[in-house]
Amino acid sequence: MSAQQVLFDAPGPRTRRIILICNIVGVLIVLALLAWIVSALADKGQLTASMWTPFLQARTWEFFILPGLLNTLKAAGIAILTSVAFGLLFGIGRLSHIAPIRWAAGVVVEFLRAVPVLLMMIFFWLALGRSGVVEPQDAPLIAVILALTLYNGSVIAELVRSGVHGLPKGQREAGMAIGLTRNQSLRNIEVPQALIAMLPALISQFVVILKDSALGYIITYPELLQYTRRLGVGEGNVIPSLLVAATIFILINFALSSLATRLSSLLTFRTRVRRPAKDVVVMDPAST
Amino acid sequence: MENYLSLFETYDVPAAFWVNIQLSFWAAIWALALGTVLALFRISPVRSLQWFGAAYVNIFRNTPLTIILAFGFLGLFSVMQINLAQDLNLSLFRIAIVGLSLYHAAFVCEAIRSGVNTVPLGQAEAARAIGLGFLPAARLIILPQAFRGAIAPLGNVLIALIKNSTVAAAGSVAAESSSLMKTMIEFRSDLVIPIFFTFALGFVILVIPIGLLTTWASRKLAVAR
Repeated sequence: MSAQQVLFDAPGPRTRRIILICNIVGVLIVLALLAWIVSALADKGQLTASMWTPFLQARTWEFFILPGLLNTLKAAGIAILTSVAFGLLFGIGRLSHIAPIRWAAGVVVEFLRAVPVLLMMIFFWLALGRSGVVEPQDAPLIAVILALTLYNGSVIAELVRSGVHGLPKGQREAGMAIGLTRNQSLRNIEVPQALIAMLPALISQFVVILKDSALGYIITYPELLQYTRRLGVGEGNVIPSLLVAATIFILINFALSSLATRLSSLLTFRTRVRRPAKDVVVMDPAST
Repeated sequence: MENYLSLFETYDVPAAFWVNIQLSFWAAIWALALGTVLALFRISPVRSLQWFGAAYVNIFRNTPLTIILAFGFLGLFSVMQINLAQDLNLSLFRIAIVGLSLYHAAFVCEAIRSGVNTVPLGQAEAARAIGLGFLPAARLIILPQAFRGAIAPLGNVLIALIKNSTVAAAGSVAAESSSLMKTMIEFRSDLVIPIFFTFALGFVILVIPIGLLTTWASRKLAVAR
């Protein structure tokens, strides 16, 4: 923020006038934009009471929104746990001092990060559903979890690796000095510190997992978007339903993102990672 | 093997990738333009514009792209009857571009802002000292350096955009690659794994050179300080 403040000087009377005019024009443009959207919606009858009253009824929440939200949270929650496990395993694999393990982990992680999550999801959905490995009705959930785990686990593996690389060499040397092997020092000294430093970025990745779980919509997993679409088709209020679903996602993700930002300023003092934690919170845009 | 090669006679895989490339290309241009404007808003001295930029980024960054693209099809196209072209498929294609652009503009804005943070204070102060106002300073001094500092994150956004163009399936763009893969697996369930790896490899080939190129460019073009 400080760097942005100096892009402009402490305003004098003339600049203050210009800023005031810009402010008024800016507010007017935003209002005009909103008014245009509202009038377009109203033109198509999207703002009448009957479009929105379903959201005041208990059964809408009981039979559509809450079950959908529950399925979304279930898929995302399991995927968070499994992708952290996957990330730790492959992150440590990429740091291994045995070259073949390092290379193998590197190839797997780089490959999985380059493949769209949706492709993996569709593949697992159809492959599992048809081969009879799992019950057909379980295939969408398992496909969502597998695809989210493989992709986000790889991103977390990279986080672990960069976190450990950010540690001063002295940490490993201290570990060796007290007689730990390289693996023990990695597991007991370096990775735990790296994880604390990476916690904000890790939480940002959880936001990505939550958002990506909505891809389950495409492979017929009954998550929030799927349920709200059904609600919208049933009640004839598709637009209000999708807007409500989007709002729920935004609220949850915004809370998680704020937590990540808060943590990043708290944790600056808790680890020896040299990089300022502020730079770590780069939201992974590879999210959908 | 022959079985596998016969796939390419029945299905036009390169054409499906071409749809994804086109989606990505147009969305990248629009997202870059919109994202730059939003970044300017966020670093401007005008409070209402700052607020608008922040609100936009927070809303679009936290909404699943799937909802945005599904909204484009179910909401804009079906209910609001917005047509961006005479042809049905072209119209859906353009609506998907709008959705992809709106979503990725939020990430472009953040990438450029992180680029602005790499510009040392002295540059802005020097611009001020020679009497440049906000817009001339941003145009001549800050943004050129910010873009050079933002190449790596912008490259990441571009990579994400190419991969995310598959989500256009939620916007009923049926010609793109994830939809074609689904069709191919459904009709040729004997070749599930080769089909998946064909498409996966296609994306690896698209994405990895861009990653290498932007890493190289971000080193080459970094402002020496």
